[in-house]
Amino acid sequence: MSQSHADSHGHGHAQSFLRRYVFSVDHKVIGLQYLFASMFFLLSGFALMMLMRWQLAFPGQAIPFFGRLFPADLAPNGVMSGEFYNALGAMHGTIMIFLGIVPMGVAAFGNYVLPLQIGAPDMAFPRLNMASFWLFLPGGALMLGSFFLPGGAAQSGWTSYPPLSVINPGQTVWLLAMVLLITSSLLGSINFLVTTANLRAPGMSLMRMPVFVWGEVVASVLLLLAFPPLEGAAILQLMDRVAHTSFYMPKDLVILGSHYAGSGGGQPLLWQHLFWFLAHPEVYVLVLPPMGIVAEIIANNTRKPLHGYTTMVLSMLSIGVMSLIVWAHHMFISGMSPALSNFFLVTTMIISVPSVALMTCLVFSLKGASIRYSVPMLFALGFIPLFAIGGLTGLPLGLTVTDIYLHDTYYVIGHFHFVVVTGSVIALFGGVYHWFPKWFGRKMNDTLGQIHFWGSVICMVGIFLPMLPMGLAGASRRLYDPTAQMHNLIVQPLNVVSTMFTYGLALFQIPFLWNFFHSIFRGEKTVENPWQATTLEWACPSPPPHGNFEKTPRVYRDPYEYSAPGRKTDYWPQNEPA
Amino acid sequence: MNATTAAVPQTSSGISNAKLGVWLFLASEIMLFSTLFTTYIVLRLSATSWPWGWTALNVPLGTLNTAILITSSVTIVMAYARAYDRDVAGFRKWMALTLALSACFLVVKAFEYGHEFSLGIGPSTSVFYAVYFTMTGLHGLHIVGGIIVNSGLLYMSYRKDCWEDPLFLGRVEGAGLYWHFVDIVWIFLFPALYLL
Repeated sequence: MSQSHADSHGHGHAQSFLRRYVFSVDHKVIGLQYLFASMFFLLSGFALMMLMRWQLAFPGQAIPFFGRLFPADLAPNGVMSGEFYNALGAMHGTIMIFLGIVPMGVAAFGNYVLPLQIGAPDMAFPRLNMASFWLFLPGGALMLGSFFLPGGAAQSGWTSYPPLSVINPGQTVWLLAMVLLITSSLLGSINFLVTTANLRAPGMSLMRMPVFVWGEVVASVLLLLAFPPLEGAAILQLMDRVAHTSFYMPKDLVILGSHYAGSGGGQPLLWQHLFWFLAHPEVYVLVLPPMGIVAEIIANNTRKPLHGYTTMVLSMLSIGVMSLIVWAHHMFISGMSPALSNFFLVTTMIISVPSVALMTCLVFSLKGASIRYSVPMLFALGFIPLFAIGGLTGLPLGLTVTDIYLHDTYYVIGHFHFVVVTGSVIALFGGVYHWFPKWFGRKMNDTLGQIHFWGSVICMVGIFLPMLPMGLAGASRRLYDPTAQMHNLIVQPLNVVSTMFTYGLALFQIPFLWNFFHSIFRGEKTVENPWQATTLEWACPSPPPHGNFEKTPRVYRDPYEYSAPGRKTDYWPQNEPA
Repeated sequence: MNATTAAVPQTSSGISNAKLGVWLFLASEIMLFSTLFTTYIVLRLSATSWPWGWTALNVPLGTLNTAILITSSVTIVMAYARAYDRDVAGFRKWMALTLALSACFLVVKAFEYGHEFSLGIGPSTSVFYAVYFTMTGLHGLHIVGGIIVNSGLLYMSYRKDCWEDPLFLGRVEGAGLYWHFVDIVWIFLFPALYLL
């Protein structure tokens, strides 16, 4: 059962502070390390966006309060420079995706919850797990710290399209940081897969695993198979920058009037293909674990089994397979043979089928339920319609005809953020409220949680909804000064609305942060299974001790046996004998 | 199932953690090298001129290196077979031979690189050389990684308790799988770069 666990670190030994909290091999400590780190990165990425939103709403005006703090080359007289704006945009995307949401959804929740849910004492490779975090943190620090290095942060978008990215300053550090992050996620995904394959408690067959575990498994497979191509592509871009090769540099490239010095003969489009071969599956890595979280919360708070557990699992698996062959729908306007774009159009439409099946299962799970409106459930209920908006607004982008018009507009930004913010981030918030009692043995405050939920949801919609009509009106998403184009002036007030809601969203995170950190120490004490849930993570103390379960649990039934007829309680834990 | 692996605690899948982990790692490695081979194909198909491999590179040295790597794949299997039979001295002998062959490969590669550099040829000379240096360079890094792992195992074999550890054989097997993979990558690289 616990081969690598048992021999790598003994139980109950007194350990030094450093060994226990910093270089820990315990999956729970590593999970919390990832949680705190990714929360920090999410806030940093959000702070960058607040600066950008000021420029977008009030172009050319000095940033209030903070403008004077920036060096003169970034923000002369407090007015953001174009280069600074580009760096903020590139780093916002990079930080939010690679340092915020993926580490939180996959690594933080996965590390803490997955081993508990399958009844394992730890991950399969505890030391690799620690290595994974200690590659992630320097990678993140390097990425965020690149603002302070000579040359500044990368300025070529989170997509880093060449030739621009090969020429622009700051990109080398971005690539090195990415190599660290990719290696870290590789170690993590191998660990999750081996843990799920090998360390399941007796009786925990594959189709008895909670949906969250399935989400983690599919996300890990995608990370395992799709990240190496980006690593390869990043190595080639690094070679282009450092060894002056020409993998991505075409022949006779003229930059600012002079010929590019390299040999030429490369293919800029190659990067786009390799990048999106990762970055499309990455969207499902962003979405599947949060969707698993929502399924856990919904089953627990509707007090009945999920509608269509098998359908959900199969949908997740088919999304995993399909997501590897849809990447070029991000490149319809990059230049592609119509036959090829038709292929990607069709696969994109096909992948929406299992996605809709998943959402339908979640909606049908609500049918006939007597819903317990706990704070996590609010977030799960918010997820369903808002993520659906994100998904449905994606359809016109998957069709070549409409995509050609919409592709470079704010419509894309609106669509994507509905998926990732009102989808993934909301689900992750719900997960924090749901598993907080397990992590710290205390509950978060409900009133503050409700304020946080309503404030955040209204502000998020207020930020992203205006972007859809702006995009339909043709506002380009690549402009530093939106008023530079006449046809944008009519929708410029929407930019102001969006910016105001951004600052509102920041305000509504204050009750959350206060609630979170205050409750760690002062929250209401709670019991082993405060939500009266059925899955295994609630069958051990809160917080679980080193090694998790007193004795290896035995699993007797499916994960969501709520309201089983003929029982005194309305929940029937997986490990309770008949 | 033999006596040694039976001592390893049972897992849900019946495959040991180490073995499954190595296979998953190799899956990701296959994706990494496939990316580079894809790059090679795309760039070659779109190139206006591309030298024949045998005119640009040293085929005899490449052939020698191919032979060295294939031999080292045989010797690491012998090392595993000796470890399987708990023949400590035999394991050390074959593992040391594997390490010696890997070092030979790197020395030959260094001669090839050195010759090219002395002619003023480098990664920036043309797209062909960019592909050549990047792919063989990354492969060379994988050889170095294998040398580190294999020397680690050789070093561990001198600790007495290592032969009591039921996981040791699994580690040798994992290192062997990885080494075969590195060998196979070269078997694709050699014709793609030197012969076509």
